[in-house]
Order: sequence, then structure tokens, then C-alpha cells
Amino acid sequence: MLEIKDEARGLISHGVSACHGCGLEIVIRKVMDALDDDVIILIPPGCAALFSGYCKETNVKVPGYQGNLENTAASASGIRAALKAKGNDHTTVLCFCGDGATVDIGLQSLSGAFERNDKILYVCYDNEAYMNTGIQGSSSTPLFAATTTTPGGKKVRRKDLTQIAIAHNIPYVATASAHNIADLQKKVKKAREADGPALLHIYAPCPTGWRSNPAKTIEISRLAEQTGCWINFEYEDGKVTINSKVKELKPVEEYTKLQGRFKALTPEQKVALQEEVTSNYNATMKKLQFMSE
Amino acid sequence: MAKKMLDGNGAAAEALRLTRPKVVAVYPITPQSTISETMAEFVDFGKLDAEYIRVESEHSAMSACVAAGLAGVRTTTATASQGLALMNEVLSMASGLRIPMVMPVVNRGLAAPWTLQCEHGDAMNARDTGWMQFYCQNVQEIFDMILMGVKIAEDSRVLLPMMVCFDGFFLSHSMQKLEIPTQEEVDEFIGEYVAKNMYLDTEDPMFCCDLTGPEDFTEMRYQQKVGMDNATVVAAEVMDEFAAKFGRKMTQVESYLTEDADAVLVALGSMNGTIKYVVNKMRAEGKKVGMVKLTQFRPFPAALVREALKDVPVVGVFDRSSCMGNYNGPLWNETAGALTRTNVDLRHFIGGLGGRDVPAVNVERMFNELLEIKAGTRTENTEWIDLKEGAMEIRQVTKYVRD
Repeated sequence: MLEIKDEARGLISHGVSACHGCGLEIVIRKVMDALDDDVIILIPPGCAALFSGYCKETNVKVPGYQGNLENTAASASGIRAALKAKGNDHTTVLCFCGDGATVDIGLQSLSGAFERNDKILYVCYDNEAYMNTGIQGSSSTPLFAATTTTPGGKKVRRKDLTQIAIAHNIPYVATASAHNIADLQKKVKKAREADGPALLHIYAPCPTGWRSNPAKTIEISRLAEQTGCWINFEYEDGKVTINSKVKELKPVEEYTKLQGRFKALTPEQKVALQEEVTSNYNATMKKLQFMSE
Repeated sequence: MAKKMLDGNGAAAEALRLTRPKVVAVYPITPQSTISETMAEFVDFGKLDAEYIRVESEHSAMSACVAAGLAGVRTTTATASQGLALMNEVLSMASGLRIPMVMPVVNRGLAAPWTLQCEHGDAMNARDTGWMQFYCQNVQEIFDMILMGVKIAEDSRVLLPMMVCFDGFFLSHSMQKLEIPTQEEVDEFIGEYVAKNMYLDTEDPMFCCDLTGPEDFTEMRYQQKVGMDNATVVAAEVMDEFAAKFGRKMTQVESYLTEDADAVLVALGSMNGTIKYVVNKMRAEGKKVGMVKLTQFRPFPAALVREALKDVPVVGVFDRSSCMGNYNGPLWNETAGALTRTNVDLRHFIGGLGGRDVPAVNVERMFNELLEIKAGTRTENTEWIDLKEGAMEIRQVTKYVRD
């Protein structure tokens, strides 16, 4: 065993072998910093499984379980029920899942847990594809983005996870981004206190999969918000608060030009993508504003 | 001890209730559904102090149970057929994480074509997932086996999950008068639940089931294999202990009139009642036939099976599952392995698929074929024993396919 000379300050150990500029690494450290050690974490296979560890070593200081790809929410329900049966109503049951494990294969079990109103804190870190298995497209991959299973660019738009969650009428749903840690951590704390399931959908850039400069992870995250590709808001007990304050949207190209996954866009596709982002942004903001009144 | 009239599903639910699970996660499926309903009634109306998770699928049922097991409580579910197939991925999580849960499996065939009725194809499909499998002949055995199952599964020498399998409708929906022990008697028999597997505890953090490389994987599998091997020993002890306490004795491998037999049939499940009836009838006619009933199928009790059959001249193994592409069926294969380097003439029968009854007349026909083989007047037996005449003309799948 290694001699530990410098204890990790947070609940995640130092020296995890994440890629350079990994958005997920920022997100998991900051989410855990906003909590304490009264947490049980569930991590399905995926990039976050780096934090589950390997063989005898783990990178999290709280108890954890790596279940199957699609059953994180159901496993969390089982843990919550067991804790309840043992008279424990204080431990946070935290799911930490990628977009594939959430919006694709895990959507059924997530919907079940939402409907049962099981008290779980579900974090979806969204890097917009199956990154751990080699950048395959997911239903969170945006329009025209190239992945290894959408090599000619994705032909359809992404799923709207937060609207799916809100349709279940759960107490807390929020989006957050890797570039706004104060906002993210405030939402983690609120989500933990929710009287039922809480969903945090967190934007987490992936330089490896997006073919972007690892030094620009935060810049890309900020640009996603500034161009209207990502909207930060929260939904609390039926009411929406919009956190993204963008006076005028920047052109989408300022965001896409930093990422190799959009490199092959034709001039026509660039126009179409701008139109799609603008119309989706306007429609979503209209909906959110309606829900905030 | 009280007497009660219950069907197989009612007996299963009553036994599960008496084992005091703390988390129950069940999804309804024919012919198991009344177990999911009865467990919900128990919890809703205060007969069982447990959390009932009304899951949206069997996959989630097994997932919730495994995780609840890691969180340190006794847990259970029940399923059948397609539900067991859907659980398959998580079954090996339960066994690999050494969650000692007991799950009734109400045997029903797998589509296509759709069937709601009994065969063992569903459980056979899951026979290598690291779960123990015990098969029941009647309703009392379902009840008793679940109580014994909990004790076997939770034994620290075993720590593996168990399926208690019983025939859909033939047992799940048949009423029988049962002997039901009191809660105190059951508590005394199985003891309070103590989690001995890996656990999730904020006071003593541990990460369960992270990625494991070739450096450790084999040894972790080997530990499971040792647990499985131990189960045969533990099951024998528990069955003895149960008999001493409750006066009913089940055996892992039951031999009936095999000692001087010319021909013996080996089978799983409810059809053993019919086989025993036919053995008695044919014995009265002077025909030397016998029966070997297997209650324990996983771990396969090879030594016990070998001991029971090694001196029998002709043995027929009856598989209630079709097992496509396999050389003979799963029960035949296991039995053949157990009888390696013996002179037993081992024959194979398939029947009772998709709810088709296994009547006495068919059992008698199998015995007669085996006796003819013994006498040298027949060489081949009829493997698909209850196949209708003109089988290839009945709803023939390829008949109307255009070239």
C-alpha cells in the first residue's frame, strides 16, 4: 500500500486518472464538497466509475456501490427502503450517473423512482455521449454532433431530461454547469433537503469526446450558456426560477468552433443549428417563464 | 403449529412473511401475481413490518433487493418466466455480492410463442447465474423450502441467493392443507438477520463492486464456488434440523424404490407426485421401477445423484424444458456428468412444455420403454414423449413462407 502523506481534503481522493480538463471531475468534487460524509453513493458503469476505483482501491471516502448501467435509481430506492427500515432518515442516497445511464438505458428505473417519490438525490453529469466506452452517441447528444456512432453528425435533437423529470411532479429539478460552482453547490444543498426525489442535470464538458482543448473546459461550459445551448434553472415545488441571465445570445458558432465534434458542419448545417438552438431556447424560456409565474 | 388451506403462491407469501424481510420489491407476473399482491397486503395492513417497493419492472425489483441487501437487511422478491429473464443481468449481481436472499420462482415457459403455463425453461435459463435452485413437489414443500432456504442462504459458509422453484398453476394455484408454524418457532429456526456480506455503512465506508481486474476476479469467483459447494453440506444439515423441529423431512435427492429397480425416472417438481403414483401402480403389477426426485438442482448434488443411480441398469431423465441446441436437456446433462464412468444406460425424455400435463399414462409409457430397453426388446426411447402426431404440420412456422 502507498503511504498517504497528503490526505485529500474533500471526499474524493487526489490523483484520479480522469482525462485532462474533465468536466465530470470538477462536478463530482464540487458536488461532494457541498455534502458531508453522511452519504451513500451509487455510480453505474461509465466515466464516473473511475471514482468507484479499481480492485482494492477506491477514490471516494463514503460507502458506494457500482450497480448495473440502467438500475441506479432502482438500487437507490432499495437502499432508501433499507435505511428507512433501520430507522435511518438522515443519510443522503446519491446517484451519480452519466447521460447514457440516465436518459437512455436508465430512464425506466428513474421514472419508477420518481413516481414512487423515493427520496434520492439523482445527479446526471451530462457529457453528451457514451464517453467511457469510446464516444458513442446518446439521446443527450446534440443535433449534428459527431460521435463514433453518429460519424456523419447526429440527425435528431436531444431529449429534454429536466422536462421529463418535471412531468413526474417531483419536488426538485435543476440544471447546473461546471463553470458556475456557487450555483451548482447551492442546488446540491437544496436537492439534498427535498422531500422526495431530486434531479440535478449538470453540464460537464468532455475534451476527449468533444475534441476540445482541455484548457477551455470552463470557457466552453460558459459559452454553452451564453449561446443558449444550455439553460440553467431550478424547479422547486412546482415553481421555476431561471438562473441563466443572458441578455443577448452569442452566435452558436462561438461555441461549436471550439469543439472538433462540430468541425464537419456544412454551411447549411451551421445555419440550421443556429435556428434550432434559437428556437429551442426561445420555446424553453417561454415555457420556463410560464412556469415561474 | 396451525393448519391452513393455501395455494402454492399463498404458501410462498406466508413463508416469506414469517421470515420477516425488511424490504420487499415485487413486480407482478402470471402465475406469480398473487405473491406480489399478498406481500403488499401484509405490509399495508400491518401483518409484516417491511418496506414494500412497488417497482416498475423485475429488473428494478432485483436491483432494489440487491442494494437493500448491501444496506444490511433481509430482502425478498418473487417472479416467473419473462420476469426472471428480465432480472437475469442483476441475478449475478446478487450472487456475486453474496446477497443471501430467497426468491420464489413460479415456473412458466418463455415466449415465443407466448405461454402462461408451466415448464422449467425459465429457471433453466438462469441456472448458471450463481443462484441455488431448489424445486418443490407440493405446496407444503414450497412453504418448508422457503424457511429452510433462508437458513441455508444466510449460513456464513454459503452466503448465496436461492430460487425456490415451483410449477406454475400446478402448484401456484393448487390448494393444499398446510402445517404452518408460529412466528416464534420460525424466528427460533432461522434466527435474526445478521448481514455478513459486503455492506454500505456510513460509519465504515466500503465501495462495493468496483471494477476488478484479472488479478482478483478468479479468486472472487472461486469463493462463490466454495460457497456453492458448501451449500450441499449446509442444506443437508438444515433439512435434518427442520425435520427435528417441525417433523417434516425433505431430502436433496429422494430415492423411491430404486434398490432393486430395473428402470428409474429422474425428475424435478410437481410431476414427481405422478411418478410416485405410477411407480406404486407398476410395482403392484410386478414391474421393478423406481423414482429419483431432485429437490436440489443448484448446486447439483452430483455425489448424491451418483449414489442413488449408479447401480440402476436403465435411467430415464425427464426434462420439463426444451433446451434448444443442447445435447439432451439440462437435467440429463447434469445427471450424465454425475454418472461418469458408471454402466448406467442413461436415457432422455422431454415433455410437459408450455403447460402440457404429464399424466400417469405418459409416465407409464416412459417406464415401459425403459423396461423394454432393459429387456433388450427396444433400442431407442421416444425422447419427445408427449409430441402430437404430425407435429411438423401443426402451425408450421415455415409452411407459408414465400421462397
